[in-house]
Amino acid sequence: MSDVKLPLYGELADPTPKISVRGLDFFYGDHQALYANDLDIAPNRVTAVIGPSGCGKSTHLRVYNRIFELYRDQRAKGTVLLNGENIFAPSVKLLELRRRIGMIFQKPTPFPMSVYENVAYGIRFHYAVSKSELDGRVEEALKGAALWEEVRDLLHKPGTALSGGQQQRLCIARAIAVEPEVLLMDEPTSAIDPIATAKIEELVEGLKGRYTIVIVTHNMQQAARISDFTAFFFKGYIVEFGATRQIFTNPHNKKTEEYITGRFG
Amino acid sequence: MSRFGDYLSEHFETIFRWFTILCAATVLIIMAAMFVNLAWNARLAIGEFGIGFLWSDVWDPALNRYGAFSSIYGTLVSTAIAMVIAVPMSVVIALFLVELAHPTVSKVVGGAIELLAAIPSIIYGMWGLFVFAPFMAETVQPFLQETLGLEKAPLIGKLFSGAPMGIGMLTAGIILALMVLPFITAVMRDVFAMVPPVVKESAYGMGSTTWEVTHKVTLRYGIQGVIGACFLGLGRALGETMAVTFVIGNAHRISASLFDAGNSIASTLANEFAEASEPIYLHSLIYLGLVLLVMTFLIQFAAQWWVRRLKKSMGTGL
Repeated sequence: MSDVKLPLYGELADPTPKISVRGLDFFYGDHQALYANDLDIAPNRVTAVIGPSGCGKSTHLRVYNRIFELYRDQRAKGTVLLNGENIFAPSVKLLELRRRIGMIFQKPTPFPMSVYENVAYGIRFHYAVSKSELDGRVEEALKGAALWEEVRDLLHKPGTALSGGQQQRLCIARAIAVEPEVLLMDEPTSAIDPIATAKIEELVEGLKGRYTIVIVTHNMQQAARISDFTAFFFKGYIVEFGATRQIFTNPHNKKTEEYITGRFG
Repeated sequence: MSRFGDYLSEHFETIFRWFTILCAATVLIIMAAMFVNLAWNARLAIGEFGIGFLWSDVWDPALNRYGAFSSIYGTLVSTAIAMVIAVPMSVVIALFLVELAHPTVSKVVGGAIELLAAIPSIIYGMWGLFVFAPFMAETVQPFLQETLGLEKAPLIGKLFSGAPMGIGMLTAGIILALMVLPFITAVMRDVFAMVPPVVKESAYGMGSTTWEVTHKVTLRYGIQGVIGACFLGLGRALGETMAVTFVIGNAHRISASLFDAGNSIASTLANEFAEASEPIYLHSLIYLGLVLLVMTFLIQFAAQWWVRRLKKSMGTGL
């Protein structure tokens, strides 16, 4: 299954990958969930990760910011290079790594505090800033997440008082407030309505100029619409990777073709 | 099937409904009956001393003059000491059990803490009097007074003045803290365990330390439960009788020093019922009991009001 050729950027992107994954295996206890994953993530592009449920898409994503380490029985083997540096190297500071690689989850996860405090949350401990600078950064992050106009008068209301789509954009604002390089989005629109989904897709388009985005999605149209590259996961293997247009119009692998044409999944 | 059986199955819904209503009503009836009963049996004292009972600090069975102030003061101070010690410790223990400890360790320590709650209060009392009080007198109190020099500290010096006798307000407070700790910890542990993993993950995903995640997210997320746990402990501490009676010193006196003997409402009641020969004495004791009941209710109301307000401002989940 490892007939994946890397890199495949061609003229679509800067040939130096932002993230390079080589030989990544992943285990939940004794159960192996990822097998020898190789993948390059192009800088300032959107890479979509697609595949049937339970094939390791989220698992793969959760390695990049080492969030899986919160759980005792989970472990990863292999290398993941961020800007050429192995994220598992002892010299890498975990908290700084997580600042550089932000994560958005399936369900919006506003913290139990005001809209303002939600966005200020990360800024407060990663940067020593004055009150007025903090205000400026919060506003900037909310603008970046296309939420400012909607919440400028609600800054001191609880984050949970916003609608689902707004909450998800609040989480994006919170993530970009600490100036990350990469945004990992794990099915960010699966819990919200189509109109809010459209807003987030539009937002992702706008964000990719500044951030490298990796998005897990179950929605084929979404992957086709917003991504530049697509990786197809099947049973823990990366079966095919390439430019999104190629994957969706001319997949090389039979499994990929069956999946994107809706024959299983 | 018998006639009665037919009747039952036909009217089951109605009967069941009335049964549940009856059970629920029992609680209200008992509560009201308690109030009325206490008030009735305290009527002589209520008539004699009125509301001034609350702030009179005279307690003189010889002259038949009674006032609740020293007991109320002792109840509040010993409870305050208990809460100041028990709440932070419970938070820390619960966080350790949920967030940091290895699951096996968590199970063992968690179990031990639950056992602590099962120890009868008389045991705490005896242990307090025979083991803990001498330890306080010989080690802790001299340490606080001399080694830390708290006796001569500005403002708080008074709290640590006087002879280190072992028994007194501070000892009672510490014993109380030990007694309420398991209750608060157990509830908090459950509260922290209920915070959805994805919320914690997104906080960790921001690059925060365990401490930041804990006090900014986990603790706030479960704030309602945390406060509920504290007030559960507070309610117990206010009414705890046996252990406090053993170590508080039982003196009707208000002293600035935490080393001095004092009393609490519950300890006064436990000590003096047998001696209450005069009707007015007995009625005063029951009046004191009524005061404790009302205090407990007020605190519960305050807790609920506070939780509602917090919920509004943070929109917490639990």
